[in-house]
Amino acid sequence: MTIEERRKERLDRGIKVRTDGIYAIMSLRELSYLTVPRLVLIVGLLILPLVMPSMYWQRVISIVCIYSLLALSFDFLAHFLGLVSLGGAFFIGTGGYIAAILNTSFGFPPIFTIPISTLLGAVICTLLLLPCLPLRGVYFAIVTLMYPLVLARIIEALNVLGGTDGIYGVASFANRWIEQYFVILMVLLFLFGMRRLVNLDIGLVFRAVKDNDQAVRASGMSITFYKAIAVFIASAMGCLGGACLVHIYMWSGISQFALDFSIIPIAATVIGGAGTLVGPVLGCFILVPINELLRAFGTFRILIYSLILVAFIILRSEGIMVYGQRKYHQFERWVKI
Amino acid sequence: MDILIYGTINSIALAIMALGFALVYGISRVPNFAHGALYVVCGFVTWSLLRGLGLNYLVSIILAMIITGVIGALIYQFVLIRVRGMAISEIIASYAIGLAILEGFRWWGFKGMTYTLPVFVEGSINIGDIPVDLHRVVIVGICAAVVAFLWLFTHYTRIGLALRGMAQDERAALMLGIDSDFMAVVAMAFGSMLAGLAAVLLLPLGNIVVEAGYNVLILAIAVCIVGGLGSWMGAVIAAFLIGFAQILTVAYWGAHYQMVVALLAIIFTLILKPSGLFGRQKELEERV
Repeated sequence: MTIEERRKERLDRGIKVRTDGIYAIMSLRELSYLTVPRLVLIVGLLILPLVMPSMYWQRVISIVCIYSLLALSFDFLAHFLGLVSLGGAFFIGTGGYIAAILNTSFGFPPIFTIPISTLLGAVICTLLLLPCLPLRGVYFAIVTLMYPLVLARIIEALNVLGGTDGIYGVASFANRWIEQYFVILMVLLFLFGMRRLVNLDIGLVFRAVKDNDQAVRASGMSITFYKAIAVFIASAMGCLGGACLVHIYMWSGISQFALDFSIIPIAATVIGGAGTLVGPVLGCFILVPINELLRAFGTFRILIYSLILVAFIILRSEGIMVYGQRKYHQFERWVKI
Repeated sequence: MDILIYGTINSIALAIMALGFALVYGISRVPNFAHGALYVVCGFVTWSLLRGLGLNYLVSIILAMIITGVIGALIYQFVLIRVRGMAISEIIASYAIGLAILEGFRWWGFKGMTYTLPVFVEGSINIGDIPVDLHRVVIVGICAAVVAFLWLFTHYTRIGLALRGMAQDERAALMLGIDSDFMAVVAMAFGSMLAGLAAVLLLPLGNIVVEAGYNVLILAIAVCIVGGLGSWMGAVIAAFLIGFAQILTVAYWGAHYQMVVALLAIIFTLILKPSGLFGRQKELEERV
């Protein structure tokens, strides 16, 4: 019976340790260790519209960015607040409909409708979700899954807001470059903004709400208040995405409450790496183009990405980004015990 | 009078849709979001056996239910068992499987109005002065038999008692030598067979369509949430509540609102009393 007893040892690279503190400014090597990954992301996103071959793929980039905003909001709520929201479509639909109404009925141009619908939509979403905030785990997930469905059915049944036809004739962006760079800048802004936010004091409270809400309550802080703030931020991202989507497609309809907007961001988060905030964006940039490439196969693409999702959940539940960060920061070796 | 009769039939249909979901959740605490997909699977397998292979109707129903049960057990054994206890992953994994199955069927070509199952018994009888299809009467009879069978099964057989033990306290059940993983697989197989049974009972009333999978899932969740997740009797009673509420809204407002009633029932129950009418979960587990 000779079983070779060995295990994998993981150690931080020296440069990782040095760049944690003030020594990061010691040399160019340390500085580039910190800045290159971020610069690759930023510059990559900014030149992406320029290298895309056709109008069609440029449109895909805008859609990817909208999904990225949703995925960011899902990741933030799920892994920093412990609120698993399956209602991405709810945010998209609310923001989208507000923007469409403001534009078609009141004649506001996109430059006003987008900020207004972001804030107003976030307020509405937060108020509607407020009674559900004390719920936990699977209960919150189910209730948020039901919200977009019920709103879609109500619009259908009451035949308001354009009914099943939706609202046509929404103004588009001035031109496609403004459209793409606007959504890309928004993704970058929210991505780095959220990364900063979760490291502030309020971010600590958020994580405390997730890990041990009774301790937060014992410290004299209202759990519901902090959850409401987080839901406001997350739904603002979703509503912004919805408003942009409406202006891109020049149309708003009940298909914006469809499950696509709830499922793809979750899939992207699982694949990209949960809790990293960058991972979900990366996941969107992988999944949505695959989705577009497979569009010719009809519903076969949904089959494909469901299976990818299941495979990732079972086999690699950490996601690409966590894996990548580990390889970047640490080295591994086998050691005998 | 017709509201009373059709309300009862609708409620019983809802109960049979939801029982499988309630059974699986009650025993293994896994919300099986693939429930609707299993429902559709059983419908199509029955259709294939009946029309494709030309088997006897009863034989193909029984075979299809067994196949559905096996599929459910396989899903649990190879996928869900690995994510058990992680609420997010359970929902995402089971929902993704359900989505894959349903969209797979759609891609395969099972869509449109061409797939129907024959009713068990032709004709109709008059109850009072309301004509009712004999098939609907048969449904009521079979469902009553199933509920009675489940009750006897869980109270007087070894496996049934083990299942109930696990539902009440998994750790204690483990100490008494009950293999909880195996029992969860059994529960999932039973739950899938119940979904299949619901399919073969209810699908002859309409067409077999993929969309039915999503609707059945929503209705099953609605019934289970209102009745309290994990409570079987609660599910049956909630099925009557929602069933009559649906029939009443259809009678007085319009058919559009039928689904809205179920969805609003979920939302309001969760907001007001998340453990449902008859749930036995502790309050602190689900809300702060």
